[in-house]
Amino acid sequence: MPPLERRDRGHRLCPAPLSLRLVAPARRATPQPMADPLLSFTDRGIYCAAGDFYIDPWRPVDRALITHGHADHARPGHRRYLATEAAAPVIRHRLGEIDIDTIPYGEVRDVGGVRVSFHPAGHVPGSAQIRVEKAGEVWVVSGDYKTEPDGLCEPFEPVRCHAFISECTFGLPVFQWRPQVEIAAQIDDWWRANRAAGRISLLGAYSLGKAQRVLATLDPEAGPILTHGAVENVNEVLRAQGYPLPPTIRVTPDTKGRDHPGALVVAPPSALGSTWMRRFGTVSTAFASGWMQMRGVRRRRAADRGFVMSDHADWDGLNAAIADTGAERIFVTHGYTAIFRRWLAEQGYDAGIVETAWEGESLDQTDEAEA
Amino acid sequence: MKRFAALFSALDQTTKTNAKVAALAEYFREAPEPDRLWTIALLSGRRPKRTVTSTLLRTWAAERAGIPLWLFEEAYPIVGDLAETIALILPDPSRQSDRSLADWIGVVRGLGKAEEAERKAAVLDAWDQLDRTERFVFNKLITGGFRMGVSQKLMTRALSQATGIDEPDLAHRLMGDWSPESTSFRALILEHDPAADLSKPYPFYLAYQLDDPPESLGAPADWAAERKWDGIRGQLVLRGGAHHLWSRGEELMTDRFPEFARLIDFVPPGTVIDGEVLAFQNDRPMAFAALQKRIGRKTVPKKLLTEAPVLLMAYDLLEWEGQDIRALPFAERRAILDDLIAPLPTEAPLRASPLLQFDTWEDLAAERAKSREMDAEGVMLKRRDSPYRDGRRKGDWWKWKVDPLVIDAVLIYAQQGHGRRANLFTDFTFAVRDGDALVPFTKAYSGLTDEEFRRITAWVRRNTTERFGPVRSVTPQHVFEIAFEGIQESPRHKSGVALRFPRMSRWRHDKPVEEANTLDDLKDMLAAYGGATP
Ligand SMILES: [Zn+2]
Ligand SMILES: [Zn+2]
Repeated sequence: MPPLERRDRGHRLCPAPLSLRLVAPARRATPQPMADPLLSFTDRGIYCAAGDFYIDPWRPVDRALITHGHADHARPGHRRYLATEAAAPVIRHRLGEIDIDTIPYGEVRDVGGVRVSFHPAGHVPGSAQIRVEKAGEVWVVSGDYKTEPDGLCEPFEPVRCHAFISECTFGLPVFQWRPQVEIAAQIDDWWRANRAAGRISLLGAYSLGKAQRVLATLDPEAGPILTHGAVENVNEVLRAQGYPLPPTIRVTPDTKGRDHPGALVVAPPSALGSTWMRRFGTVSTAFASGWMQMRGVRRRRAADRGFVMSDHADWDGLNAAIADTGAERIFVTHGYTAIFRRWLAEQGYDAGIVETAWEGESLDQTDEAEA
Repeated sequence: MKRFAALFSALDQTTKTNAKVAALAEYFREAPEPDRLWTIALLSGRRPKRTVTSTLLRTWAAERAGIPLWLFEEAYPIVGDLAETIALILPDPSRQSDRSLADWIGVVRGLGKAEEAERKAAVLDAWDQLDRTERFVFNKLITGGFRMGVSQKLMTRALSQATGIDEPDLAHRLMGDWSPESTSFRALILEHDPAADLSKPYPFYLAYQLDDPPESLGAPADWAAERKWDGIRGQLVLRGGAHHLWSRGEELMTDRFPEFARLIDFVPPGTVIDGEVLAFQNDRPMAFAALQKRIGRKTVPKKLLTEAPVLLMAYDLLEWEGQDIRALPFAERRAILDDLIAPLPTEAPLRASPLLQFDTWEDLAAERAKSREMDAEGVMLKRRDSPYRDGRRKGDWWKWKVDPLVIDAVLIYAQQGHGRRANLFTDFTFAVRDGDALVPFTKAYSGLTDEEFRRITAWVRRNTTERFGPVRSVTPQHVFEIAFEGIQESPRHKSGVALRFPRMSRWRHDKPVEEANTLDDLKDMLAAYGGATP
């Protein structure tokens, strides 16, 4: 039985401003005088009117708070950026000359009269949830997150709030991840078997986050590790920040597979099946992604192996994270939003959907090149 | 089950044929014999009878997972496979077990006789002691439709490596009406006695499409040609006073086509004929729809027998006077076949598919051009001195199909696929123009590359104008060339036509919507190629 007091004392959702693309929650409170919500959803992204700033906006704005460096969150063209100290180097690396201000995790800063702080999201090194507070009302924007510590990035920290805007990329009960050690062992076994057969192993993983996570979990004694330039560029940035990564060899136009027998090559997914991989001769190919949970997707990608390793929360992770915030109002974004919203509403939350211009790490985009 | 689940994973985890064959061969050497036999059965489409409905399975799984049924129903089409959805959604098992494959199949078959409460208890108990892959396999045993990414041909090759028996010989042993309950690995594979099974068919020989010009085949004199009829390929086995009709998919179709019982009176026992089952009237094949009515029914009402009578258009003779004559040259087999059929009365439901006369490849091209008016799909080319082989092989037989009909149509609705294509838009509805209106006339699911499906998916997301459940209507902007094999009148469709085998043959980036074909164009095609509906 959903607890009734939730909607009785809950913050109400006001009718959206004209530009909003907000899907109203299923159950509304009884009419009351309206107050502007602390965060609203506009065609540029999540907006805080009180502080006049945006969070992960997708169109150019004056002031942008950025959760992390992935391309669907950190866009070029804003006048001023604010991100964690840990995320800023990669954002700079990807966006070039930008005006970026940094903040340590947990520190509170006043932005236009609104109290703002960044908290670890456990998604990729430097990634954050953004907490926004004014007059005692607290909202948290999750960005992308995962709840299982991966040993490399700052582990996810639950933040109490009244309203929580949560991603739900894997918001279906069929997505239940196995512990990282199990997946790491599977990857090691695959690599070892390929070495024994005299083959090079080629693993497709996002160049920011997944690639480094894989590197950090593998047995460093097992053999040489080669990296695609896109991966190695990020490695260099993160190593300079002090993230512990094993030694790797950058693949250059002169690299030949036969000089590195039994090596593991980590490359962005788009490099698999491209002419770039020809230099390695006969290889065994694999992808590391949460989508590999589905047999149909594994088969479509036509790689030899699919390792179910995601930097997003699984079904249980999403539900636990949401419960831990103590929030009564939940907005879901990025993923199976309609289904997940209905589920949350049945659990007694006042739940809505935030539509975005981006589909996040959606299934069809995993197939596309990564910038 | 662990060994079988490991085999399943090994097959699933590689795209390389040799690795698949090696994994299977190893299994065929080491697994217990009953498990080997069941594996052969599963890989050749012989599965245990369904004993639990999918509705019950869904309900039990949702309950066990602690989620509402609607949530299960939402997840299922995204995963695209019921057995897999259940395997993924359940909590971890509380204990381990390792019973054999045959043992678990025994459990599945036993469910048929049990009360519902008992069945539920048995299924939940199984789920609670199997890991994800084993559960998936177990669920597949219940729901059927088990595909392991291994063709019967590869399975036969692996079995041949494991047993040392020739592939063609094995292929023949594996044909016919057997099940793991009626035989053993030893009896079926190792100590095979062909005489023991009077119904046993031979493996079908299948042709590849001829993509090169026919000149690439050499001298026309070395080749025989006949029409490629548009019916159901069948093999008629007449032995010991009984007859059996097999489909290419090794399905017994005898009862669906009682007409052939009469052939026992005309054709001596010890005869096996390869041919095409056609609905046939007034000396010509009827539209495929007539035959379709017959396919759907296990038993045939009298009325349908007169409305859509069938015959076997014979292509080849595989057994004669009880002897396997597949090794003889085609020309000789065909001569015996003609001698066998020539004296038959015209009302016998058996004819020899006429051989086409041609001296040059141009002559044959002209015959091929007449295919549609002859109600055929094209022509078949057979090397005169070739044996009757098994499976799909290049070299001696070629099908040279007539070019498909094409029409340029506008994409108006899109729907997501499932399974391998989950989250891609792959199911499309197309329209032709009628004045300012767009009239939907066909759906198509195939023909684009994965890359094109990704591009159209991204476009559909940005250009959805309305949603009706899973279906999105999109801005009419893209024109596709739709290729199809035939066209028929159909009162059930708004456009009044139904297409046969429609697919997207080309994305016409070069064509604006205003240049797509019209309803009148479609009606002209119907008039030209429609044929009469029965
Ligand atoms: Zn991200
Ligand atoms: Zn994202």
